[in-house]
Amino acid sequence: MPFYVAPEQLMKDRADFARKGIARGRALTALSVRDGILICAENRSNTLRKVSEIYDRIAFAGVGRYNEFDQLRIAGVRHADLKGYTYSRDDVDARSLANQYAQVLGQTFTHEMKPMEVEILVAEVSTDPDGDQMFHVLYDGTVNDESGYTVLGGEADSIAERLGQTYDRDWEVGDAVQAAAAALSGEERTLEADDLEVAILVRETGRRAFQRIEGDELAGLLG
Amino acid sequence: MTLPLFEAGGDPGPNFAELLRSKGLVPPVPDVPAADTAIAHATTVVAIRCHQGVVMAGDRRATAGHLISHRTIEKVFPADHYSGVAIAGAAGPAMEMVRLFQLQLEHYEKVEGKALSLDGKANQLGMMVRNNLPAAMQGFAVVPLFAGYDTNREVGRLFQYDVTGGRYEEREYAVGGSGSLHAGTVIKLGYRPDADADEMIDLAVSALFRTAEEDSATGGPDLVRGIYPVVAVIGADGFQRVADADVEARFRDLLASLENRRGDSQ
Repeated sequence: MPFYVAPEQLMKDRADFARKGIARGRALTALSVRDGILICAENRSNTLRKVSEIYDRIAFAGVGRYNEFDQLRIAGVRHADLKGYTYSRDDVDARSLANQYAQVLGQTFTHEMKPMEVEILVAEVSTDPDGDQMFHVLYDGTVNDESGYTVLGGEADSIAERLGQTYDRDWEVGDAVQAAAAALSGEERTLEADDLEVAILVRETGRRAFQRIEGDELAGLLG
Repeated sequence: MTLPLFEAGGDPGPNFAELLRSKGLVPPVPDVPAADTAIAHATTVVAIRCHQGVVMAGDRRATAGHLISHRTIEKVFPADHYSGVAIAGAAGPAMEMVRLFQLQLEHYEKVEGKALSLDGKANQLGMMVRNNLPAAMQGFAVVPLFAGYDTNREVGRLFQYDVTGGRYEEREYAVGGSGSLHAGTVIKLGYRPDADADEMIDLAVSALFRTAEEDSATGGPDLVRGIYPVVAVIGADGFQRVADADVEARFRDLLASLENRRGDSQ
């Protein structure tokens, strides 16, 4: 015999479940600076990526359960490539992709057994810093249009606070990497190049703006 | 356009062509023979191995029957960072094949997080040519050349195809299109193993010039309109198109040397 559960309670339980799953994972941050949009994630794996390329000027980043956000990432690549093939490369944009993600996440949150334990970021770099777009999509399909910087994952509030104290949109890549690493680590510990996954959507570039910053290059920037 | 999500069983993986099929976006095979319709044909393309990698070049003419239909089409394209593709055959399907091939390589790279090997890319193109076989039988044949820098072996490699998708790796040079007989002869006589790219660009330029003299479907340098063949070098630093001004200078040098030779014999 089914028990009655108040809708408020049901939604709250689901949200708590998703939030707990996300809070267990390590955080990432994205910053819009002079050289482009820098995305820096705490990730000890060299192969299971949190940050990836979606299209010419669009990147994806996810926190939470890897298999769930990776499935969303691949769907995003497919969506973008299909759209670019059907219309033109200029018609592929982050906003429409973020809306699609919101649809799927919202649908899953209300209709499926289990909500997705993920938070994702869709970022699109523009030639002008004012045109940069960063959409932060939550587990329930809520979309936030962020400007400047944003943080996803566990302890997002304290990381965002630390970052907010120093953030400057005129930063170059090196400054942004150092600030992001410092904000993610907090005061008790330091993050080395091996603990981080860093990528940038370069503002001044040819067609494909997405570039990873790895190995010696990253270690050099961290100083 | 909704987000393409698939059940585990029907997932197309990193294959973009399969994704297009699942969305019903694959163009139908023409059921009218090409002989009934005048369609544009792209002609001579060449690829030559050199010390740095591979030099690729193609003239700019497209013909429909006995008429010149376009003076400025391009037949040499970057396929991805480390490879290029040159096309001969029915221009429309060939351009579409190149576009799909470029997308296929990029799609694979993004989905898998790692680029295909050069052999993998060459096989992919072979499959596309083979899939075009029903259309080829109607007269819409596409025969590409594929060349790239193999980052594992650190050498340039080049591949030739036939209409059935047969893939043949060549060690020295490859030619395609209506002028391939003449272009092939010129290259054969001037080819030197492990020559510098600069020298092989001149050889490609001279091969296209000589071919244009003999084959009506191959366009020579158009000094009046400033239209010159597309030349590219694919090496360790990727696909680099040679600047038009550079190609023009090489053609002018070639013409000057031919004029001098005529002056000497008089």
